[in-house]
Amino acid sequence: MKAEMKKLVEVRNLKKYFPGTEVSIFRAGNDVKAVDGVSFDIYEQETLGLVGETGCGKTTVGRTMLHLYQPTAGNIIFDGVDLNDLGERELRFARSKMQMIFQDPYASLNPRMTVGSIVGAPLDVHTDQSRTEKRERVQELLDIVGLNPDFVNRYPHEFSGGQRQRIGIARALALNPDFVVCDEPISSLDVSIQAQVVNLLEDLQKKLGLTYLFIAHDLSMVRHISDRMAVMYLGKIVELADRDEIFLNSLHPYTQALMSAVPVPDPDLAETKDRIILDGDIPNPSNPPLGCNFNTRCPVAIDICFKEEPEYREVKDNHWVACHLVK
Amino acid sequence: MTPLLEIKNLKTRFYTQDGVVRAVNDVSYTMDSGEILGVVGESGCGKSVHALSMMQLIPYPPGKITNGEVWLDGQDLLTLNEEEMQKVRGRDIAMIFQDPMTSLNPVFTIGFQITEALLLHNDMTKREAKDRAGELLELVGIPGAKDRLDDYPHQFSGGMRQRAMIAMGLSCEPKLLIADEPTTALDVTIQAQIIDLVKKLQEELGMAIMWITHDLGVVAELAHTINVMYAGSIIETGQIHNIYKETKHPYTIGLLGSLPRLDDAPGTELVSIPGLPPDLLALPEGCPFAARCEYRIEKCLVEKPPLEGIDGKDHSVACWRWEEIAGIGSK
Ligand SMILES: Nc1ncnc2c1ncn2[C@@H]1O[C@H](COP(=O)(O)OP(=O)(O)O)[C@@H](O)[C@H]1O
Ligand SMILES: Nc1ncnc2c1ncn2[C@@H]1O[C@H](COP(=O)(O)OP(=O)(O)O)[C@@H](O)[C@H]1O
Ligand code: SF4
Ligand SMILES: [Mg+2]
Ligand SMILES: [Mg+2]
Repeated sequence: MKAEMKKLVEVRNLKKYFPGTEVSIFRAGNDVKAVDGVSFDIYEQETLGLVGETGCGKTTVGRTMLHLYQPTAGNIIFDGVDLNDLGERELRFARSKMQMIFQDPYASLNPRMTVGSIVGAPLDVHTDQSRTEKRERVQELLDIVGLNPDFVNRYPHEFSGGQRQRIGIARALALNPDFVVCDEPISSLDVSIQAQVVNLLEDLQKKLGLTYLFIAHDLSMVRHISDRMAVMYLGKIVELADRDEIFLNSLHPYTQALMSAVPVPDPDLAETKDRIILDGDIPNPSNPPLGCNFNTRCPVAIDICFKEEPEYREVKDNHWVACHLVK
Repeated sequence: MTPLLEIKNLKTRFYTQDGVVRAVNDVSYTMDSGEILGVVGESGCGKSVHALSMMQLIPYPPGKITNGEVWLDGQDLLTLNEEEMQKVRGRDIAMIFQDPMTSLNPVFTIGFQITEALLLHNDMTKREAKDRAGELLELVGIPGAKDRLDDYPHQFSGGMRQRAMIAMGLSCEPKLLIADEPTTALDVTIQAQIIDLVKKLQEELGMAIMWITHDLGVVAELAHTINVMYAGSIIETGQIHNIYKETKHPYTIGLLGSLPRLDDAPGTELVSIPGLPPDLLALPEGCPFAARCEYRIEKCLVEKPPLEGIDGKDHSVACWRWEEIAGIGSK
């Protein structure tokens, strides 16, 4: 990222632990270290992609950044202001500028509310607009996301998955946010519909000057939409760089394995590709391995990897990585 | 060579309160022994129902196979009664699903379940079956396989359960393994393990595999041939190279175009297919893709294009205009 670009969000050593399930009445389980010390910046009007496998902490990062979860430790600095320093009212205002689009377009929309009241709900909470003003705004929002404004009185079940996702996007845009966390917004959609929604998100970003954190496990889609990408493993960011740098010159063995595991829709490429097959499964985040937490699956781990946690550091310009083997 | 499997004019309907769901519409194709066939298409296009129909696993009511023949090894499976069919399932054709828990019973150990499957179809003692179960778990790459026979399914991770199910599917050395979205719920690194495993097993054991998926990437890695389905019909089929590199059907072209490519330049817009697939309760006459097709002509709206072979190639397409379109959009 160029130096003159403004940082919109700064995340510093963010941690979010969830209490573990009780082992017995005398002994609480270990905390689930869902997010265990992550730091990164997001620049104005860029898209930062966040990838990693199920349970690695992506959603928790997104939700904690918006203070939908209270952080266990660490700071979120939004537009120069540390959210920890804000009172309830100020935090509410800051939050209106940071919105989220959810993965499941079925579960995230209340089936008993009309589209109009779903999209307008944030206006009820955060503004004192009149009914007509709200109605006009809702229709404008539906139009922006490519839905017929006359649909305001319909219910979610009357819409397809892709259309529901558009409703969720309209709701997220209601308060003119600057920053939107897109949490796997296309994972539950069919391929031909995914492209429609991604094109819409890109369009809106240009038109409205939005900044995105785009969370997904589909690496090729994240590469498509992102300017920079961060790779998470077991609560930590292991690598972060420009999207092409990550794809062409990844340094972390996990990133390399992840990239090589992405199936490419091209039989010629598939045949020539070198595939790194990782052994085993992802460890339990309530009991992560000591040292580097990737050491149980890492194909190139050495002694120190089992003893010391590698430092997350900038190894070349704008390329961050946490691995003992990277000089 | 006679094919291993030949499906002729298969039609499956669901008679629901809202009307008749035309789930599978006149599907015909063949599979050779040892062939890996990828069946692709978006959700609801009839992939699972067509496979379940072959196995006579469609619940009646509301479902009914209204037409067709499914020839395997000289017999038409659709003429068999339930008892005969039970012998075919597991022994000749095994099926694995997206959710291993649909096949694994949570209250029995993994070892018990594989052993039972073995005893059902083979003439062997309990001891032999148990040894074989251990070998099978080892074959599918479960670490410390023999010691894990007494584990219950919940003690296995998602990827390991899928392996256990594959072991169970392979227990009777079926001629055909049908895998319905077996890796869809798994993460990419675990998916890569399973694909790698299945490829190796196929080379070793030589069975034919039908791999059902919505992911055009996954089958590019492993299939020899592809059926592309849309609204209950096969709209394009052929050798994998033909499908990906000499794509003919506007739907397949659109589908491949809507996938981001790893060599896209920044700012490249994805080609999206407008609209939605048709409602199978009210399937239009003519080409099922017509409503979304940019090449549509009058004829497309009134007459359904047949699946037509392309001269000299193992490649067929169901589109009135494929010869004109050829080359316009395919990569
Ligand atoms: N509300 C919660 N309570 C307890 N544990 C949670 C909660 N949310 C997430 N977790 C756990 O935190 C870890 C990270 O979860 P999540 O952030 O949802 O991962 P991802 O989005 O990458 O799949 C997982 O182990 C998950 O089970
Ligand atoms: N039991 C059922 N009753 C009514 N409709 C069904 C039933 N099972 C499947 N269908 C319908 O049949 C069509 C094909 O479904 P399916 O084969 O499961 O699609 P997929 O390609 O996703 O595997 C869908 O429209 C589905 O809704
Ligand atoms: S038959 Fe007509 S509508 Fe159908 S795909 Fe071909 S051109 Fe398009
Ligand atoms: Mg998540
Ligand atoms: Mg299915």
